[in-house]
Parts: sequence; structure tokens; C-alpha cells
Amino acid sequence: MRLAGFYLFAVFAALLPILFPDNYFVIVIGASAGLNVMLAVGLNLLIGYAGQISLGHAAFFGMGAYASAILTTRFAWPGLLAMAAGLLVAGSIAWLFARPILRLRGHYLAMATLGFGIIIHVIMVQANHWTGGPDGLSGIPPLNLLGWTVDGDRQWYGVIAAAALLTIWLSLNIVDSRIGRALRAVRGSEFAAQMMGVDTASAKTQIFVVSALFAAFAGSLFAHQQAFVSPDSFNLLISVELVTMVVLGGMASTFGAACGAIALTLLHQGLVVFEDYEMLIHGGLLMAVMIFMPQGLFVGLSQAVRRLKNEI
Amino acid sequence: MPEQIFQFLVTGITVGALYALVGLGFALIYNASDVVNFAQGEFVMLGAMTAIALVAAGWPLALAAIVATALTVVVGLLLERFAIEPAWGASVVATIIITIGAAIFLRGVALLLWGKDFHALPPFSGDTPLHLGSATLLPQSLWVLGGAAALVTLVHLFLNRTLIGKALLACSFNRAAAQLVGINVNVMLRLAYGLSAGLGAIAGILIAPITFSSYEAGIMLGLKGFSAAIVGGIGNPMGAVAGGLLLGVLEALGAGLISSGYKDAIAFMFVLMVLFFEPTGLFGHKVAERV
Repeated sequence: MRLAGFYLFAVFAALLPILFPDNYFVIVIGASAGLNVMLAVGLNLLIGYAGQISLGHAAFFGMGAYASAILTTRFAWPGLLAMAAGLLVAGSIAWLFARPILRLRGHYLAMATLGFGIIIHVIMVQANHWTGGPDGLSGIPPLNLLGWTVDGDRQWYGVIAAAALLTIWLSLNIVDSRIGRALRAVRGSEFAAQMMGVDTASAKTQIFVVSALFAAFAGSLFAHQQAFVSPDSFNLLISVELVTMVVLGGMASTFGAACGAIALTLLHQGLVVFEDYEMLIHGGLLMAVMIFMPQGLFVGLSQAVRRLKNEI
Repeated sequence: MPEQIFQFLVTGITVGALYALVGLGFALIYNASDVVNFAQGEFVMLGAMTAIALVAAGWPLALAAIVATALTVVVGLLLERFAIEPAWGASVVATIIITIGAAIFLRGVALLLWGKDFHALPPFSGDTPLHLGSATLLPQSLWVLGGAAALVTLVHLFLNRTLIGKALLACSFNRAAAQLVGINVNVMLRLAYGLSAGLGAIAGILIAPITFSSYEAGIMLGLKGFSAAIVGGIGNPMGAVAGGLLLGVLEALGAGLISSGYKDAIAFMFVLMVLFFEPTGLFGHKVAERV
């Protein structure tokens, strides 16, 4: 039962290319939705379960992407090794910053994570020599997975869908593990959790590192899939968008976060038609959901459905 | 070198005065409602862009400035009434996202109204630079500094010397108690949002002849204002002013002496250091946290 939703997602992901065999559009958007699912599910562990906001999550996404981009193009490292290095870098930086940052609460935490994200973004733009500056890095070679080279949109869809399912599965297990219960206690009341003997600082640090690793993993796949990275993909607006996905879907629900990621990806595609109105709609939607359904769109809707059922 | 540093200081104080005004607006809203208003930078942008549009339409500068400020105040009041009041009692994360949503929304409005181009206001009193020893100063900088000093003084007097101002401060100390002694908390909230929007708009109009404005101009300004408020100790209006000046000077020195590309990184690095080592801000009161 616990993993029922996971299987549902797996079936959905597998059916998509079968139902739309020749639809290039579905596959490409499916892949970018998959990356967003990975990011949102990871961030949800931090925001939804641990109750710690991060407005700088795109930084970790960027670290994974740039590690893969720089190591494969400038040093000719194999893709998987570069990916591992990216995970190591993002994980270590997250671990280093976690304690001082997560000691802060509420608005202070928002400011610190925001500042962190901006600093990393400035470095991406300014460290020309390594990152290619504002123009970014191109010519990233395709990913080679133990002899199999991932090539073409359909194969990329498959790899990203598998990676997204892996993160969902990991997230579901983390949430129900000892650390997951500790985090939920932290979210309820950090003080009470400490009184019950939970090492709250270490629980928060661990989950911060895990969500950074998810993001770096997604970043590395993104770099290879696009064969190009630039700082624009990792700026403050992207961080805000990631938070939006988590909040839109419903905090403290892995599927909520995944649904939020998919919904926002689709919304963006839909709004491309109304180019100039995109910000207006995006901002308005964000406000409306938070004001009227503070527990998130999908959680809010499912509660409404349940209430309706009870009444009948 | 010393002459250069003097020049950086002059530039830094001008920018710092702008950050101070934005930070002051942050502090006022935070005091009244415990909300960090991420749309504060958008008030600055709206004030500047409206004034620019009105001047371009042939209005006299003074009238354009007054109308632009008034319109921005109305936007601030609408924001309070339709986005903050309905979400009363929401979590910190929720209010942060609501105001970020409002910021994106206002940016979207500005994009529709004025497009993506950069616009500038003509300087209020010419653009012949003044010489201050070895440093040069644009006359507009004097407007910014004078305007900021006047506004900060007025807000300070308002908060400490008038009954309404004291009522506003009372709300920030304890909302329930303020209500019990007969202060209409909702009116105070609207006052804080209106005042803060007005401050932002005036800051935007004063700086518009120096830094060009566009629909996106509010993002960084808002964040720097937020930083100023944090550095100063978030509930402390005059701390935010000091924090803004400090941030402006540091940024100008960093840009001049280290690298102009890294100036934002330097500013935020400083903010992170303050948060790590002095989380209540450099000029804040130490408050015991309630469980």
C-alpha cells in the first residue's frame, strides 16, 4: 500500500511513450517533467517534511550540471565519473553549510539560502575561465552508461523517467525511516523533538545533504541531456519555481511534490503561447494557491474529495 | 588609492541610502505583520516606472512623482487587503511564497505595461558633476541622500512622537495586547503597507535618473533591502537604515577594490557571515525565542 502510488507512477511513465509513440513533444516534455520531479521530490524532503525553507536549491542543481559539464568537456572525464564527482561536490558543500544555515529559522533561513543561491550563481557567471561565463558551456558529450550511450529523445526519456522513479522510491523510504520520523517531529516542534531525544541538528543536516544530492543528480543528467549549460538555468527564479512545485503539489507528500512538478512543467508549456502573460499568471497562481489552499493544490483537492465522499 | 577609496565611499553611500529606504520598508511591514514582503523591490520599480511613463507623457516631474507615489501606495494597500489579510495566520513559508507570488505578478504587470526596455528619468537638477575634493558626485546623488535622510527622519519621528506611530509600534510588540487597548490592528497593517510602498516608490523615483529602471529592476533591490533589514536586526527600523548604508558602502568597496562582477556575491557573503555569527543582526535586540 505504501508504494502503491509509486507503481502508479511507474505505469504512467511506461505508458506515456507507448500511448504517444511518435509524439516528439510528449517525450521531450516528459523528460523535462522527470527532471523537475527529481528536484521537487528532493526539495520536498527539506521543505515538506523537515519544515525548512530553501530559496537556493537551484545552486545544487547547477553544481551537478556544471561538474558534469566542466569535467567532461575540459578534462575528458567519463560521464559517470564526472557525475559522481558532482554528487560529491554538492554533497560536501551541502554538508559544510548545513549546520550554520539550518540553525537559522523562518525568514533568516530564507535569506541565508537565498544568499547562498545568488553567490553560487554569481560564481557561475563570473568564473569565465571554468564555467564559460554567461554564455555557458556547450559540446557536453552524451552520457555513456557502461557501454551504452544514451542518445536521442526517447532514450533520454527512459533514463530520466527511471531516475525520477528512483528518487520517488528513495524519498518514500526515507520518509518512513527513522530519520523521516525524526524530521516530522522537527517540523511539529523542534524543541519537543529535542526533548524526545532526537538529534535535530544531525537529522536536518542529513536531509539537506540528501536533497542536495538529488538535485545534483538531476543537474548532471540535465547537462548531458541538453549538451549545454548556462547560468540562466540555475538562477533565483528557478529556485523559486522549485519551491512553487513543492508548495503547489502539497507539502509533506512525495506524490504531491511529483504532481506539482509535472503540473508546473505543463503549465509552462501551455503558457508559452501567452508569452507576455506568463509572469502574471504564474504570480497570480502562486498567490491564489497559498491563500486558498495553503496545504497545496493536490493535497487540498484530495481532502475536498474525501470530505465530499464522507458527506455522501 | 585613498582618493579612489573616497570615491567608492561616496558611491556606496548613495546606493546605501537606497538600500536603507527599501530596508526601512521591510522593517515596517515586518514589525506590523511578521511578514517579510518580497514584493518590496517591486514597489521601488513601480514608483520609478510610473514616474518615467508619466514624464514621458509630458507631465511635469513633481506632479508625476506625486502621482506615481500615490499609485504605488494604492498597490501596497491592495496587496495587504487581497493577499496578506486573507492569509492571516499562515505559516512563514506560506507568507514568503505569497509575497514572492505578488512580486512575480507585479513584474508581469510592469512587463505588459512597459515592455522589456530600460527607461530613465531626467536628472532633477542637471547632470554637471560636483567635485568633492578628488571625488565627483552627481547632483542626483544629493537628491537621493537628502531625500533618504528626510524620509528616515520623518519615519523616526512618526514612530516615536505621534500617537498613530506609537500604535503601530505597539502592534509590533504584541498584537493581541495592542488590540486590547483599542488599537485597530487591521488599520495599522494597512498603514504599514501603504507607508512602506510609498517609501519604496520615492526611493525608486529618486534613484531612477542614476540607475536605469526596467520591469526586472525590483528583484535585486528588494533582496538588498531585505539584506539591509537582516543585517540591521529584522524588527528594527533604524537598524535597517544603518544596515542599508553599511551594505552599500561594502558593496562599492568590494566592486572597486576586488571585482565589480562579484559585487552581489560580496554583499551576500557579508549577509551570510552576519547570519552565521550574529543571527539577530548587528543592531538588533537580543530576543529570547518562545517555544
